[in-house]
Amino acid sequence: MPDLGIRVLFEGSNFLRLLGGMWITIKISLLSAAISVPLGMALGMVMTLKNPVTKAVTRIYLDFIRIMPQLVLLFLIFFGATKAFGVHISGEVSAVIAFVLWGTAEMGDLVRGAIIAIPKHQYESGAAMGLSKLQIYRYIIVPQTLRRLLPLTINLVTRMIKTTSLVVLIGVVEVLKVGQQIIEANRYTAPSAALWIYAAIFFSYFIICYPISKLSGMLENRWR
Amino acid sequence: MDWNFIKRYIPLYREAAGLTLSMALLGILLSLVIGLICSLILYFKIPVMRRFVRGYIELSRNTPLLVQLFFLYFGLPKAGIVLGSKTCAIIGLSFLGGSYMAEAFRSGLESVEKSQIEAGLSIGLTRMQVIRHVVFPQALTVSIPSLCANAIFLIKETSVFSVVALADLMFVAKDLIGLYYKTDEALLMLVISYLIILLPLSVAASLVERRLRYAGFGYSSIV
Repeated sequence: MPDLGIRVLFEGSNFLRLLGGMWITIKISLLSAAISVPLGMALGMVMTLKNPVTKAVTRIYLDFIRIMPQLVLLFLIFFGATKAFGVHISGEVSAVIAFVLWGTAEMGDLVRGAIIAIPKHQYESGAAMGLSKLQIYRYIIVPQTLRRLLPLTINLVTRMIKTTSLVVLIGVVEVLKVGQQIIEANRYTAPSAALWIYAAIFFSYFIICYPISKLSGMLENRWR
Repeated sequence: MDWNFIKRYIPLYREAAGLTLSMALLGILLSLVIGLICSLILYFKIPVMRRFVRGYIELSRNTPLLVQLFFLYFGLPKAGIVLGSKTCAIIGLSFLGGSYMAEAFRSGLESVEKSQIEAGLSIGLTRMQVIRHVVFPQALTVSIPSLCANAIFLIKETSVFSVVALADLMFVAKDLIGLYYKTDEALLMLVISYLIILLPLSVAASLVERRLRYAGFGYSSIV
């Protein structure tokens, strides 16, 4: 490759446009994560209830969501819901809905795992001290679960960011789409642009996700 | 619901499911091989290689498969490396899976206590024998739940293969939606196809996990 396709990366506003595309990805994933985390916490607590009905319903929800590839969920919302309810949902909104459904399930399972990992005697000692059920949760269970949960939740955010790359397949203009546009625009002047653009996108995902997963690993080690 | 439409296109889905499964199987096998080699390099702390392996694991775990595939399929040809659709898909899937499998094997290997190795050596086993008869059986039992979870994860990840022009399940579904506007039917068949592939596997995985937990292993397997 004699010509320098890499210059396309820094020509005009190309680099800024790519960053803008990346921002769309991050916005969608952070928004989805921000909604999923509280919903997932609620779901996780509901899942620990002994009620057979809530148990069955949450179980089916969790299993269905976790078995389906995230792209299928995205298609179900984007194509399916649009047709079923006769409303047009934009790609971005479908993405947030799909990722919230998925994130809530994942988060719910993490929360459930963290809650049942708390030994029974913690509840019993609380009760023995005369704390009410609410107080037991507030002062004993929640603080301990949060410690276990934080690293896993941060990890979920990186998974959310990686999964958000899928939204290009339902027509959202994010970083890959912007990359394609730049490559198309420079088809004749810089035929090797694709190599550099896609490499740049690859590494920008890495630059964003690596520190976050490092942080999660660090917290996990410290609080073990 | 147009049942005739569904009946007519079942063979198309069956073919696509076959492609998805065969690609996934090959990818999982390669991932296991890559993962095992990488985890051994990390476990034995082999000097220079170890840095490369760590770098590879971080790179592959922190980037999405879709972006890896775009680079392989659309980027590399500009550098003179032209790969076919299937080759790209397999390389991408094993590149991704290798690091996940490596972590699963590594956590297993690290769970075997040092006293086990010392005990083996002290009864006169050679290093190789210790690894083969003492470390491996215990490590593998701990790794298996994560290995199963990773295999299922990799099958799900094949859903992006349509971007490298492979006629997988997503591709067929999108095609039918675009061509005939039979959205409900196409999506229903898509969901059912994935359920048929993944539900038995996920049930089997949780059965295996329960068996192992019964034996006192595998309790540390939160992926």
